[in-house]
Amino acid sequence: MAKETKTLNLNFGPQHPAAHGVLRLILQLDGEIVEKADPHIGLLHRGTEKLIENKTYTQAVPYFDRLDYVAPMNQEHAFALAIEKILKIEVPIRAQYIRVMFCEIGRILSHILNVTTQAMDVGALTPTLWGFEEREILMGFYEKVSGSRLHANYFRAGGVHQDLPKGLDNEIGKFCERFPKIINDLELLLTDNRIFKQRNVDIGVVSKQDALDYSFSGVMLRGSGVPWDLRKSQPYDCYEQFEFKIPVGKNGDCYDRYLCRIEEMKESVNIINQCLANLPVGPIKTDDGKISPPPKKEIKQSMEALIHHFKLYTEGYRVDKDEIYTAVEAPKGEFGVYLISDGSSKPYKCKIRAPGFSHLQAMDYLIKGHMLADVPAVLGSMDIVFGEVDR
Amino acid sequence: MQNIQDLEKILNSELNTKIKSSLIKHNQIYLKIDEADLTEVILFLKTNPKTKFRQLIDITAVDFPENEIRFKLVYLLLSHEFNQRIIIEIDVKEKEIVGSITSIFPAANWMEREVFDMYGIDFKDHPDLRRILTDYGFEGHPLRKDFPLTGHNEVRYSQETKKVIYEPVKLEQNYRNFDYESPWEGTKYIKEQTKE
Repeated sequence: MAKETKTLNLNFGPQHPAAHGVLRLILQLDGEIVEKADPHIGLLHRGTEKLIENKTYTQAVPYFDRLDYVAPMNQEHAFALAIEKILKIEVPIRAQYIRVMFCEIGRILSHILNVTTQAMDVGALTPTLWGFEEREILMGFYEKVSGSRLHANYFRAGGVHQDLPKGLDNEIGKFCERFPKIINDLELLLTDNRIFKQRNVDIGVVSKQDALDYSFSGVMLRGSGVPWDLRKSQPYDCYEQFEFKIPVGKNGDCYDRYLCRIEEMKESVNIINQCLANLPVGPIKTDDGKISPPPKKEIKQSMEALIHHFKLYTEGYRVDKDEIYTAVEAPKGEFGVYLISDGSSKPYKCKIRAPGFSHLQAMDYLIKGHMLADVPAVLGSMDIVFGEVDR
Repeated sequence: MQNIQDLEKILNSELNTKIKSSLIKHNQIYLKIDEADLTEVILFLKTNPKTKFRQLIDITAVDFPENEIRFKLVYLLLSHEFNQRIIIEIDVKEKEIVGSITSIFPAANWMEREVFDMYGIDFKDHPDLRRILTDYGFEGHPLRKDFPLTGHNEVRYSQETKKVIYEPVKLEQNYRNFDYESPWEGTKYIKEQTKE
């Protein structure tokens, strides 16, 4: 006699610790096998793009911190680059170095969070505790340079807001000496761990072709064996001057993506070290008074500086009529800004291309036929942060 | 690595009648085409060995309410092999239905849903055209220029009914849109208020 079966609909999230935020995933289950996954997103939608259209270019920068809030400066970078390209601003070399350094710090921040929470999703708690200690130190660097641990608001069109405080470069240098050992500790816990491998190897396999078709970028693409990194292929700022490797996976499964992230952290430390060794001296933002505000000291003495200061903080600088797409290699993938300016001091349109959006879209494709317990593993390896997916 | 000028020439010769205009700016190619040719051009760009635009980066729209043809749909494509980006633009009227490219790029599914949600542009043959980012039961299309920044409804938890309720937005203070570009003439809404 054939047993009667029926599919079960399961609501995964929005309040679930393994949903990495506010994801509502509607799963169709046949026993423990997932037949269909329908992610409902938008629970964290704040209308960032609409708000940016109503703010000046300077006021728009903090909104970028709130997208992928584990690596804020990487996103500010894309926006700053877009404006700089339209206005053809030359960024002083010291500012470029600082920006690259803090982007790599952001990459480490994001990868620590992802690698350790991926481990937590499959049952290991210790890596999270160890990793977060390091994140705390890195966010300390953020605080020292910008005044806040998370929402930095530090990059400006034409440079950065202020110079590094005295001694910070030494502190970052010390961190870079110590951090490879921490990565090593994490690897000792995870890389050859039997449980971790059983939960991740051959789970959520993405073929090269599918990775391209689904608009994957970053680690999701490299994990499947496509050697593509915007820092190398379309270098921005001073990335050309650094030597670093691009780790590429073979099998395109969750485990390969984990390995890629671990290797990328090592490369990031490498880049930061090169930055510190060659950190040039000089200005940290463009000296064009129509774009970057004058130093406080000058405002007290120069009428022109006072006027510039007033105009920049009320009207803001104007950006010529143009249309541009710029992208950076954010920790999660290609983060892009499609900007249309109309000659006023507010963007006419600012579309944000978030890597997580396309990754999450492929959830149904990735999880079909897997077990229910694999859902957190796949979700964890995708590195989803809802700030950027929902915008 | 292919030269961007050569690539533009190839596009112009292979697709000549379909291209309304092409332009190289900021090291990217900007193409203007007709809505009717969209799927054909995208398929060509993806499959042709000389172009190999294998990745769809994003789809978005821009609203120009003062224009007769109100929307501009923008498709961003990337070619890994030739390390080139292309931006394809089509003009779309307000209630016009655009062909979906989900059969060419599965990634277009959510991107088109987002455009539908934010601008209200319909796509033909889309497998699942629902709202994506806004709330269940949301009305209006937020990124249209005539949609107010504050929205129409606000949500709160009501102690009386013990559930979340929707109410029309009540602002304690009007949204102030300062016009700094001509500070001495006063902004429009102040003029309107003082007239009354």
